[in-house]
Amino acid sequence: MAQPSQATDGMDSVPALLQRNATRFGNKPAYREKEYGIWQCWTWAEVEKEIEALALGLINLGVNEGDFIAIIGRNRPYFYWAMVAAQSVGAIPVPLYQDAAADEMAYVMDHCGARFAIVHDQEQVDKLIEVQEGLHQLEHMIYVDPRGLRKYDHHKLHRYTDIQEQGRASYYEWIEDLKARREKLTYDSVCVMLYTSGTTGRPKGVVLSNRNIIEASKSSSEFDHLTRDEEVLAYLPMAWVGDFIFSIGQAYWCGFCVNCPESPETMQTDLREIGPTYYFAPPRVFETQLTNVMIRMEDAGKLKKWLFDRFMAHARRVGPAILDGKSVGGMDRLKYALGNLFIYGPLKDTLGLGRVRVGYTAGEAIGPEIFDFYRSLGINLKQLYGQTEASVFITLQPDGEVRSDTVGVPAPGVEIRISDTGEVFFRGPGTFERYYKNDESTKKTKDPEGWVATGDAGFFEDGTGHLRIIDRAKDVGKMAGGQMFAPKYVENKLKFYPNILEAVVFGNEREACTAFVNIDLSAVGNWAERNNIGYASYQELAGHPMVLDTIQAHVEEVNRSLADDPMLSHCQVNRFLILHKELDADDGEMTRTRKVRRRVVEEKFKDLIDALYDGSAEIYTETEVTYEDGRKGSISATLMIRDAAVVPVETAKVAAE
Amino acid sequence: MNDMTPDGYTTEDGRKIGAVVMEMRHITLRFGGVVAIQDISFDIREGEIRAIIGPNGAGKSSMLNVISGFYHPQEGEVWYKGARRPTMKPYEVAQQGIARTFQNIALFEGMTVLDNVMTGRIRQMSAGLFSQAIWKGRAEREEVENREVVEKIIDFLEIQHIRKTPVGRLPYGLKKRVELARALAAEPSILLLDEPMAGMNVEEKEDMSRFILDVNDEFGTTIALIEHDMGVVMDLSDRVVVMDYGKKIGDGTPDEVRQNQAVIDAYLGVAHD
Repeated sequence: MAQPSQATDGMDSVPALLQRNATRFGNKPAYREKEYGIWQCWTWAEVEKEIEALALGLINLGVNEGDFIAIIGRNRPYFYWAMVAAQSVGAIPVPLYQDAAADEMAYVMDHCGARFAIVHDQEQVDKLIEVQEGLHQLEHMIYVDPRGLRKYDHHKLHRYTDIQEQGRASYYEWIEDLKARREKLTYDSVCVMLYTSGTTGRPKGVVLSNRNIIEASKSSSEFDHLTRDEEVLAYLPMAWVGDFIFSIGQAYWCGFCVNCPESPETMQTDLREIGPTYYFAPPRVFETQLTNVMIRMEDAGKLKKWLFDRFMAHARRVGPAILDGKSVGGMDRLKYALGNLFIYGPLKDTLGLGRVRVGYTAGEAIGPEIFDFYRSLGINLKQLYGQTEASVFITLQPDGEVRSDTVGVPAPGVEIRISDTGEVFFRGPGTFERYYKNDESTKKTKDPEGWVATGDAGFFEDGTGHLRIIDRAKDVGKMAGGQMFAPKYVENKLKFYPNILEAVVFGNEREACTAFVNIDLSAVGNWAERNNIGYASYQELAGHPMVLDTIQAHVEEVNRSLADDPMLSHCQVNRFLILHKELDADDGEMTRTRKVRRRVVEEKFKDLIDALYDGSAEIYTETEVTYEDGRKGSISATLMIRDAAVVPVETAKVAAE
Repeated sequence: MNDMTPDGYTTEDGRKIGAVVMEMRHITLRFGGVVAIQDISFDIREGEIRAIIGPNGAGKSSMLNVISGFYHPQEGEVWYKGARRPTMKPYEVAQQGIARTFQNIALFEGMTVLDNVMTGRIRQMSAGLFSQAIWKGRAEREEVENREVVEKIIDFLEIQHIRKTPVGRLPYGLKKRVELARALAAEPSILLLDEPMAGMNVEEKEDMSRFILDVNDEFGTTIALIEHDMGVVMDLSDRVVVMDYGKKIGDGTPDEVRQNQAVIDAYLGVAHD
């Protein structure tokens, strides 16, 4: 790793990898997108031409080296090309979350001073026009989908294909410039800038160099033996570092094919049609899929249900062992093979996971039942731990050493250190360069020796050397009695119940813990339908006494399991309520990657927290909500507060003795 | 609208509207003793969005049915593309390039969205029964060509995710969109929409309005629509005909109509003599 540019054969930028792929295996599919009901395909050679045309067009439009180009759209080949075209001309691509509200976009656009924006459609154009007054640096917008934009003033607005056309027309004018700019790219030049969603405060622009991206992609591809024959489905937000690594970093390094769904709604169908071999999804996606399967099985015939239950029980018993290559009896193997033929195989096909060789989940803790369900089917689902500042990879689970409660061993080339306070630090080739225009934060996060604070508290497990993450370091607090308070740990235990979508636990510097709960509308709704319980809205269902009973049972079960843990037995939930609205990114209660913003929730629902602690049985509250189009409204409700039974800790100890 | 000429006019948002493509001349329609439409004249110009509004029972739907050839007026003439239209069957009118949607959705509930929209292409298919049955030659070629057109419309109306879903399982708002898709599949020169937003919530109405504007913008389709929701009509249309008790009481741009005393009376319910 001392001479990285040798290790990568002089392939020291993404555009250089593109050239290599187009020369070495130009006829291999590089991108597919379903459009007009048919999978359209572009080979590496074609992609190189498309990107070149766009790059020439961008130079023609006046893009300078070092300019920032904002990229706002859903996963479509055009935007991936736009990123590489931007890199080719020496500019820096900045992908943004396309569902962000206009003012959130304005902040980021202003912070990086983007002169150009490549966007999807009228919706994005309108958003940028709305905030354009404040963005003095924004000069040109390029859109992909022309629908509804015909009547707009086109002085500073261009169609993507027109820019490519202009690029082709001015080929001889700019091709030498383009080549020169491409050659100037080194391992140290900036590859991409990604804004972290930020659970606190304003988003920060993480600058990642070609070294970061290529080294991280290379070592992780080798770790999982990824080849150019992999198929991936690109459906996660393009502004997220994971998508950049999977759909650009690893895809260009290995030369595999990136498939883009027809529309976000068709993702499940497209997944089945493509049958990816390498798949990534946050726990939430796996949860939803499992919930859907279970709901459908509930509706299935008696025989089918019986078969399913029987074989799934068998799979749960021996499936993970077979996957890990451990020794399993002949009879059990035979039964598993039979199950694979009739149940597991068809089920995997239905889920679109029939061909998955390597699957990852990360971002949040995954419920052990969910994790085991997929592994017992024979899907090699693993966990990794990472963040934007590390170009994703900090730890990975090697094949055969997969468990739901650890996040694996350090990724190749990554060193990890646990500080005295329990916080996890890392350094490695993927370690980010700096936060853009924010030296103070850079210094706070990354020390001169290159160690980066993750902000997560964790420890290495004795014996296995696997890392376990407990919680965000800043969220780990002390209760009034001095015991450790780890809200995330408790929340995750709650969220493992299909009925609970989200939970927020309070208790820092308090005598006891309490919780807010969001019910999962699809799971609870289905239950309501089955039991002839009518409801008109989320709010009404959330307030139903029987729903409260169910959730109370879950909470009490969690309390019992917490009581067994000597470290966390004090974190049992004494009182809880079900919130009258779902926590939502549009209201700022969650990040765009759906992580709860604890401080915002604490502030916004202060009245409810007070009620949890003052012993009242119900509370009336009014909350402001933001609709998708940015308008505001308010909802009001009277919420019931329930007491949950807790296991007295001392008694539990006596019983254990 | 001061600059209106026989060749057309330019709307406020800069769209060019062409010459008259359809004209109603002194239409009177009676059902026995009931006069549904009384001596109404108006025109529809190429590329415009023309609305027909009025309170319940004003004769709007009857008017649309006259245009689509379903009702035959006792008096008056329908002029289409510069020629007087003889009495026609509805399918003959459809063949002339006039497509419509219905107030009470009229889709094939058991068929998928794709198949429903494909039925809109019937006019463009001519393979014989035998060829269709053995699925060779012309039938196959036609299916491929027409499927391509239909897929573009599916993409345009953003209904890809329900392509293979039977229509009967869809919610109301989506059914309306599928009906619009089927009408568009006929590549009509005039599109008649019978209450396209009836029974929709605000969000669905906004979506539908956007689709109507986009259809007009993208394909240059002339659109005549009946609508109850005044707000929507005023935002959407270039010119509005107002009917009340079978008579025309106003005709002009939304602004002109809004200031018309007869229209205000009809909508606010002033006592009739």
